[in-house]
Amino acid sequence: MSPVGDRPISFETHPDRYRHWKLELDDYVARLTMDVRENEPLDEGYELKLNSYDLGVDIELADAVRRLRFEHPEIRVIVISSAKDRVFCAGANIKMLGSSTHGFKVNFCKFTNETRLAIEDASRSSGQHWICAATGTTAGGGYELALACDEILLIDDGSSAVSLPEVPLLGVLPGTGGLTRLVDKRLVRRDRADVFCTVAEGIKGKRALQWGLVDGIATKSKFEGLVKDRCDAALAQPAIEGRVDPGVALPALEPTVEDDSIAYRHVTVAIDRAGRKATLTIAGPDDDYPKTADEILEAGSDLWHLRAVRELDDALLRLRFSEPEVGLVLVKTTGDPGAVVRADHALHAANSWFSREVLLLVAEVLRRYDCTAKSFFALIEPGSAFAGTLVELALGADRAYALDDPDDAPSIRLSSLNAGALPMTHGLNRIQVRHLKHPEKAAELAAAAAMSRLPGDMGTSAAAEVQFDPESAEEAGIVTIAADEIDYEDEVRLAIEERVSLSPDALTGMEANLRFPGAETMETKIFGRLSAWQNWIFQRPNAVGERGALTVYGEPQRPSFQWSRT
Amino acid sequence: MSSVDLNARIPNNVDLKTDKKLQRALEKWLPCYQSWWGEVGPELAADKEVYLRTAVAVDKDGWAHFDYVKMPEYRWGILLADAVPDRKIGFGDHYGEPAWQEIPGEYRNMLRRIIVTQADTEPASVEQQRLLARTAPSLYDMRNLFQVNVEEGRHLWAMVYLLHGYFGRDGREEAEELLERRSGNADKPRILGAFNAPISDWVSFFMFTMFTDRDGKYQLLSLAESGFDPLSRTCRFMLTEEAHHMFVGETGVRRMVKRTCEVMKEFPDADPREHGAIDLATLQKYVNFWYSISLDLFGGEVSSNAADYFASGIKGRYREERQEDHLALEGCYVVPQLRDGKMVDVEVPLRNAMNEILRDSYVDDNQRGVDQWNKTLTQEGIDFKIELPHRRFNRQIGIYSDAEFDPKGNPLDAATWASRKDEWLPNEKDREYIDSLMKRVVEPGKIASWIAPPIRGINGNDFDFEYVRL
Ligand SMILES: [Fe+2]
Ligand SMILES: [Fe+2]
Repeated sequence: MSPVGDRPISFETHPDRYRHWKLELDDYVARLTMDVRENEPLDEGYELKLNSYDLGVDIELADAVRRLRFEHPEIRVIVISSAKDRVFCAGANIKMLGSSTHGFKVNFCKFTNETRLAIEDASRSSGQHWICAATGTTAGGGYELALACDEILLIDDGSSAVSLPEVPLLGVLPGTGGLTRLVDKRLVRRDRADVFCTVAEGIKGKRALQWGLVDGIATKSKFEGLVKDRCDAALAQPAIEGRVDPGVALPALEPTVEDDSIAYRHVTVAIDRAGRKATLTIAGPDDDYPKTADEILEAGSDLWHLRAVRELDDALLRLRFSEPEVGLVLVKTTGDPGAVVRADHALHAANSWFSREVLLLVAEVLRRYDCTAKSFFALIEPGSAFAGTLVELALGADRAYALDDPDDAPSIRLSSLNAGALPMTHGLNRIQVRHLKHPEKAAELAAAAAMSRLPGDMGTSAAAEVQFDPESAEEAGIVTIAADEIDYEDEVRLAIEERVSLSPDALTGMEANLRFPGAETMETKIFGRLSAWQNWIFQRPNAVGERGALTVYGEPQRPSFQWSRT
Repeated sequence: MSSVDLNARIPNNVDLKTDKKLQRALEKWLPCYQSWWGEVGPELAADKEVYLRTAVAVDKDGWAHFDYVKMPEYRWGILLADAVPDRKIGFGDHYGEPAWQEIPGEYRNMLRRIIVTQADTEPASVEQQRLLARTAPSLYDMRNLFQVNVEEGRHLWAMVYLLHGYFGRDGREEAEELLERRSGNADKPRILGAFNAPISDWVSFFMFTMFTDRDGKYQLLSLAESGFDPLSRTCRFMLTEEAHHMFVGETGVRRMVKRTCEVMKEFPDADPREHGAIDLATLQKYVNFWYSISLDLFGGEVSSNAADYFASGIKGRYREERQEDHLALEGCYVVPQLRDGKMVDVEVPLRNAMNEILRDSYVDDNQRGVDQWNKTLTQEGIDFKIELPHRRFNRQIGIYSDAEFDPKGNPLDAATWASRKDEWLPNEKDREYIDSLMKRVVEPGKIASWIAPPIRGINGNDFDFEYVRL
């Protein structure tokens, strides 16, 4: 077992401490340069040659993507490139993959996928245009990183190629969205994609351009000129209003990590390893949540929404990577449901670059929650604050149990943010997903939620509030089981005991299938089709058996396959 | 050009007459090749008659046909060594299976990469050497330069034949690109770094043909073992020509050594530079430089590509038939590596060490050449020995490239290296001095001050024979 699978990993970093990247800002353009330090891998046993990456490298990339959105809102073009000679990026480090546990591999791939989706979200929603300036070999995960950018520019030097060599070289898939983005995003002809994905050395120059694998090629002497032209063209597009310097700094969260708990300002995680479960609790905002756009910007990183979802994000990553045997997460909230709704409405009404960026991050972290391979049960109890953004945790959970205490029943409320501001990976919101059979019901709830912000400013009008007690919440599709005080404890205890006794593999598969009903998008294909097949292949002898292609890569032996196909 | 003309003009033993595929490919490629030669082939000689050897067949009489010829009219041919009947694959996972007459699909890309990389060095060296005729030390040497050049051109043909004959459209495109890349061109460089620096003086030219061409020899020897039979046969024939290139290098250096000895004996108290010769210390520096950069061409000491090539039966060891174990799955090869300032022996699986194993043979072969030079020194009564530096010295590729080592192979800190490297490698002053010697001498029988004439001329002719009709 790789130590990476056991040791707590910190997902927090800062450009001052980057080891593998350099971030430079020049007016509206940021240069993000990959210069991976060969001898500083996250774990022992491999070297990060040729700008290959491991989780440590990708954590820094994810950090840069997020900071560019919050700390540098004025940045409109990001040029991602390499400081290494004749190589852009050789992809995920093969030795690292070969020596990692299955669980780590899967989590690593999921994290890197989420980072690339964040790049695309920044491009779509934050007006930040990503240009990949590939001045050398762009292979495997390196090309997949390029695919996440809006434009790919490749040096035309007679040898630099883009490639997805995973199938012919390693017997696995380009699992970081490569296959999906080729045909779903770049719309490369599928027969050509088939050829491309089986040529280990890849495709270079004119043909790469003809086939749509890249957007521009230029010789070495003209390459910087091309990059500059594309930057200028991107800058000539209309900018999103209001995105000006200074942004909002994101200080380290610095949780208190004990053996069986992680404590942040608003989020706590209590781990019960013997019971294979954890309890994640999020405290709602106090009533002093800022009221205006200016006050919200002034609150900056201390704004409850921003701080709380960053903490939730970090907690989810720690649970994924460091607590493989925790299979069930009980989700609780505390605080005043009314305060959550008021905070949501203030944020929604602010409609500033910052408030929108916060909302995008809330949505992104909730998608990370949806894509976490652990069971989630929301426990809605007296004193809880399942309202507005926090209702999404109940809606995103596999089940929600509510204690229907006649004397002190928890109040479940919707805010305008539940009406579509926090989409899942397939574009639907979580209320829609609950009512696929009765879309009119979802529409009605959404309309009421949207109305709840009006007519009073900042949604102070009590008349418009959309709230439920446990029983009506069951009806509304938010609560799975509402139980009275006599039944609740047993009901929940049994459900937990049953859940943690089931096959974790089957549960992962089951949840991934049930959580995302409705149409597919590129994102769901990446997490569903691509990752699922990849994770199957990762377990197969043809990849990881004694003579599997991944096992023997770099070893003296050639792979030997079992030839049967289903 | 019609296919009938093609066949008449191109000496070949591949049945070009009836091979439609090859004819079609060559009809398109040949004009490109000719304009490439015109553009970057040797300068100052297009219309001159040169006494050259042309291979018109592979038998004893055919491969060394001497005559005056203008280089653009040279008859580059496609010649393969005779087939070995029932040849079997001699190593790797396919050991004992019949050699492949066609390319196995699963190794197509790998083979293409090897062939293109080898092929790319052939035109590259012609480009690197194109200005040397300006400063030839004698007509004899000028002729040897041209001989090397036309044969490197033929080696390109040999590789292009494989690309045309066996790789379909991709192969034709690669063949075109071989003529589009240019040594030292920032936009379209040659594939390997060492082939992008111009060779602007004759000392470097002799060192190149001694050391760098010898890398070529060992690459060809290992490909001559290939399970892909046409590649094996092609390389076997190329080796006969390569031998001459190394002869040019080895005797060239030996003649420089001899000249220096003569000057040292005549003027025992003077610096040989005062009398237009090259001091032995400077020659040693050029040896250090060219030997070390040529060692790089063998690739990393620990290499998964090398293991793949061996496992696939594509690239074997030097004289594989002399090995006992042709699978090389068992056993290790010890590669000393630098760990915390000390050299530590690290065991590498045999297959992953194939580059290093080939490098071993190369090192030994060079030593034999260096021994010849030292024999000259002894005969001349000069107390000096030319030495090959340690293989760890001045490396840019492989496990020794991250640290510095002295010529004996001892690790050095960066500061020591920076302060001492001018003692070991040609410095600015040395290069200036060598450049100052580079003057053209073209009168038959005359020779420059810094090199002795050869013991005998080409094909039984004397040194003062008119090898190039200027
Ligand atoms: Fe050659
Ligand atoms: Fe040669």
